[in-house]
Amino acid sequence: MKVKFFPIFLIIIFVIVFLIFYKGLQNSNIYTPNTLIKKNIPSFEAKTLRTNKKIDSKNLFKENEFYLINIWASWCIPCRDEHDFLIKLSNQKNVKIIGINYKDKNENAKNFLKELKSPYEVVLVDKDGTIAIEWGAYGVPESFLLYNKKIIKKIIGPLNKKSLFEIEKLIK
Amino acid sequence: MKILKFIFAFFIFMNMSALNAQDKNLHTKITKNLRCLICQGQSIYDSDSEFANSVKILIERKIDNGENEKEIYDYLIGKYGEWILYDPKFSKNTYILWLLPVVIFLIGGFVIFRLFIIKKN
Amino acid sequence: MASLIGYYSLIFGLCISFFIIFFSVKNFKDSLIFDTKIVNFTFLQFILVIVSFLGLIISFVNSDFSNETVFNHSHSTKPIFYKISGTWGNHEGSLLLWLLVLTLFILLFLLKSKEQNKRYKILTLLIQQIIIIGFFIFLIKTSNPFNYIFPVPEEGLGLNPILQDPALAIHPPILYLGYVGSSIIFSSALAATSLNYISTAWAKHIKQWVLISWIFLTLGILLGSIWAYYELGWGGFWFWDPVENVSLMPWLALTALLHCILVLERKLVLTSWVVILSIATFTLSMCGTFLVRSGILNSVHTFANDPERGLFILIFLFCLIFLSLFIFIFFHKVEKKSIRNFFWLSKETSILINNWFMMYFLTVVLIGTVYPIFLEVISSEKISVGPPFYHKLIVPLLIPFLFAMTIGPKLNWIKSDLKNKKYLILFLMISFLLSVLIIKNLDIKFLINTILVASALYLFFITLRDFFVKGLKNLSQNIAHFGFSLLILSILFNNIFSTEIITNLKIGETFKSKNFIINFEKVEQKDEKNFKAITGKFNIKDVDGVDEVLNPELRIYNQPNIVTSEADIKTNLLSDKFITMNLVQNQDYFNIRYQIKPFMIWIWLSVLLISFGGLISLFKKRYEG
Repeated sequence: MKVKFFPIFLIIIFVIVFLIFYKGLQNSNIYTPNTLIKKNIPSFEAKTLRTNKKIDSKNLFKENEFYLINIWASWCIPCRDEHDFLIKLSNQKNVKIIGINYKDKNENAKNFLKELKSPYEVVLVDKDGTIAIEWGAYGVPESFLLYNKKIIKKIIGPLNKKSLFEIEKLIK
Repeated sequence: MKILKFIFAFFIFMNMSALNAQDKNLHTKITKNLRCLICQGQSIYDSDSEFANSVKILIERKIDNGENEKEIYDYLIGKYGEWILYDPKFSKNTYILWLLPVVIFLIGGFVIFRLFIIKKN
Repeated sequence: MASLIGYYSLIFGLCISFFIIFFSVKNFKDSLIFDTKIVNFTFLQFILVIVSFLGLIISFVNSDFSNETVFNHSHSTKPIFYKISGTWGNHEGSLLLWLLVLTLFILLFLLKSKEQNKRYKILTLLIQQIIIIGFFIFLIKTSNPFNYIFPVPEEGLGLNPILQDPALAIHPPILYLGYVGSSIIFSSALAATSLNYISTAWAKHIKQWVLISWIFLTLGILLGSIWAYYELGWGGFWFWDPVENVSLMPWLALTALLHCILVLERKLVLTSWVVILSIATFTLSMCGTFLVRSGILNSVHTFANDPERGLFILIFLFCLIFLSLFIFIFFHKVEKKSIRNFFWLSKETSILINNWFMMYFLTVVLIGTVYPIFLEVISSEKISVGPPFYHKLIVPLLIPFLFAMTIGPKLNWIKSDLKNKKYLILFLMISFLLSVLIIKNLDIKFLINTILVASALYLFFITLRDFFVKGLKNLSQNIAHFGFSLLILSILFNNIFSTEIITNLKIGETFKSKNFIINFEKVEQKDEKNFKAITGKFNIKDVDGVDEVLNPELRIYNQPNIVTSEADIKTNLLSDKFITMNLVQNQDYFNIRYQIKPFMIWIWLSVLLISFGGLISLFKKRYEG
C-alpha cells in the first residue's frame, strides 16, 4: 500500500495547486489599498490656494456633514474629464467638496479653476505631495467621501457616472 | 549526519548576520525597500514618478524627525498595506514563505543522506 | 495577402498533426523499420509553421494594418529592423515563435536520432505532438495572429519604445530556443520511461539536447539582463521580477539535470531523479508562460493580460503534469538499490550536493514568486516578495555551494581521498588572505562579505590553476566553473564598489562633490524618425582631473505618445559610467543620476564564458562521435 500512497499524495497536491491558481485568475489585479476605509481621517495643515492662509484640518470638518475630498492638478488630464461631475455634485446641497491641489503651480491651478469653474468650497495646496500620502492616495485624481471624520468611500481615478451615482446614494 | 548538522548551524549563523546591500544611509535603505505603487516593478529609490518623489520627501522629513526604520515602515504600511514593502515581514502571514525553503532544504539533505551515502553493513 | 497565407498555413499545420499521429501509431505497432513518411510529415509541419511565421513578418514589414496584431503593435514610421522584431514582441507572435521552436526541435531530434530505437522515436514524437497540438489550438482559438479588422486603419498603435532595442529584439528567439527547446527533453524522457529505455546509452544520447537547451537559455537570460541594464535606466540588471524568475527556474532545473546526466552516463543510477528533472524543466517553462501571460502576477514586462488565455494555459499545463505523473508512476522502474551507494567523498556525492543546493535555490525562487498568489487566494492579504527576500535566503548558501563547486570536480568517481591535494588548503588560505585585504578597509559588514569573496576567489584560483596544470582535460567544466566564479566576483565587487550621485540641476549648473565635478553644459534637440530627442551634454571631472563627456537623452515618441529616458553609458574593462536625466514635473530643472559601476562588463563576459564552456562540451561530444 506504501507504493500507492505517494502518488495519491502528489495528485492531491497538484489538484490543490491547480484550484488555487484557478481562483487566483479570477481575482482582480488592480491594487486598491483599503486600509483606511472606516478609519479616522488624517490630520494635517495646509495653505489655501486663494488666500494663502494656513488651515488646520481639525477646523475644517464639521459633524453630521458629508465632505468629498478631491485630489487634483492642472497638469492632470483625467482631472479635466471628471471636472463636470464635480460641478454637478457641487450643486447638491448635502455635500461640500474640498480640493487638494497636488504638486502644482498656484498660477496654473488658479487658471484651471477660472477656465473650468470651481466646485470647491476651499482648495488646499499640497506642494510636495505628502498630504496625499497622509490620505493613502498615490495618484491623481483620487476622491474620498467623508462623514463624521471617517472615510466611507474611496474612488481611485476620475469620477464617472457610476461613481457619481454611488456617491449620491450615500449622501442621502 | 554530522555534515548535515554542520551545514545547518552554518546556515543559521550566516542568517543571523543578515546580508544587507551596501547602504550608504538610512534613506537609501528604506527607499530601496519600498515599492513604487504606480510604476510596474520599480522601487521608490529607482523611480522618478510623482508618487515616488513625494514618498522620498516624506521619508527625509521623518528621518529628520528622529523616527526609526520600523516606525517609517509601519506608517506607510498603515496607509498602503503590506504590499508596499519589498521585504516581507516575518509575521503569521509569512511563516510558510520564509520557512518552507529551509524545511525543504533540510528534508532534501536528509533524503540524500539516507538514500545514497554509503551504508555500513 | 501574406496574413491570409499565414493563417491557412497554420490551419494546415494543425491538420498535418493528424497525419503524423496516424502514421506514427501505425508504424509503432507494425513493421520493424522506421517509416520515413513520418519524418517527411514532421518536416512539412515545420515548413508550414515557418510559412505562417514569414507571413506575419511580411505583414509587419508591409505595415499591413488590416491585420489586428500588426495594428496593435506596429507603426509605419518604425525602422525596419524593429518592424521585423515586432513580430515576436507581442503575445500572438511570440506564441507563433513557440510553435516554430517546438516543430523545429522535434524535426532535428528525428533527423539526429537515426540509430535510436524506432518505438522510442515515435513515442517522443507523439508526446511532442500533444504539446504542438495544444499550442496550435491555443493559437488559433484564443491568440490568432491573423485576425482581420475592417475598416482598415490608417495607422498602427505603435510598438512600445523601450522594446525597440537590439538586445531585446533577439532576446525572445534565443531564450525560446532554450526554454521551449527543453520540450524535447520532456518528451524523450517520458518516451524513454514508458519503454523502460532509461539507461546510460540514453543519457549519452540526451546529453546534447540538454546542452543545446541550456546554452541558449543561458544566453537568452544574459540578453534580457543586458537589455534591462541598458534600456530601463536604473543601472540594475536583475530585479527578481516574476518574468525574470520564470526564466531562471528552468535554468536551475536544467543545470541540475546536466550534472545528473554526467552520472547517469557512467552508471545506471539516479534514473528517477533524471526523469523528474526532465519533466520539471519543461513544466517550469510552461508554468512560467502561464504566470506571465495570464495577468495573475504584476511585473515590469508588458504582455497583454487576458484571464481567458490564462485559463487555457493553466488547464493545458496541468494536463501535461498529470500525463507525466501518470507515465512516471506506472512505467518507471527503479534501479537496483545496491548500486545506489555512494562514498561520501566522491564525485557522485558532490553532484548530489550540487543538485541539493540547486533545488534549494529553485524552491526559493519558486516560492517567492508564487506565494503572493497563494496568500491572496487563501486570505485576501496582498504582500510583496522582493529582492531582500531572495538575497537573504540565497546569498548565505552560496558560500558552501562555491566550496562544493571547487572541491567537487577534484574528487574521483566512486572513491576519492585527499592525498596529493595539499594545494587545496594552500589556495584556500591565499583566497582568505586576499579577501581580508580587500574588505578590511571598507565600511561594510566584514565577516560575511569576506567569506563570500574568499569562497568565490577560491573557485576562481582553483579553476585557473587547473587550466594551467591539467591543460585541456575537462576543459568545458573548467571554463564554465571559472566563468561562474568570475560572475560571482564581478557581482560582489560591483555591489561593493558602486557609487551613485542623485541631484537636481538646471542647464548650465554644476554639481561638486569630493570625488567629482558634474557640469550640465547644455541641451540639444534633434528630430529622429519616430521621436524627438533632447540630449543633455554633461562634462564630468573626477579626482584625477580626467574629463568624461556623457550625453543622456530624453526621447519623446510620436506613437505611442510617451517619454523615455535613455541612459548614456561609457564602458571600459574596469567600470561603467552611467548617467540618466529625467524631467521633473512643473519644474525647470532636471533630475540627474550619475553612477559609477565597476566590473559591469565582466558580468556579461563571465556569463558568455559559462555558455562557452557548455559549447565546448557539445563539440567535444560530436568530435568523439
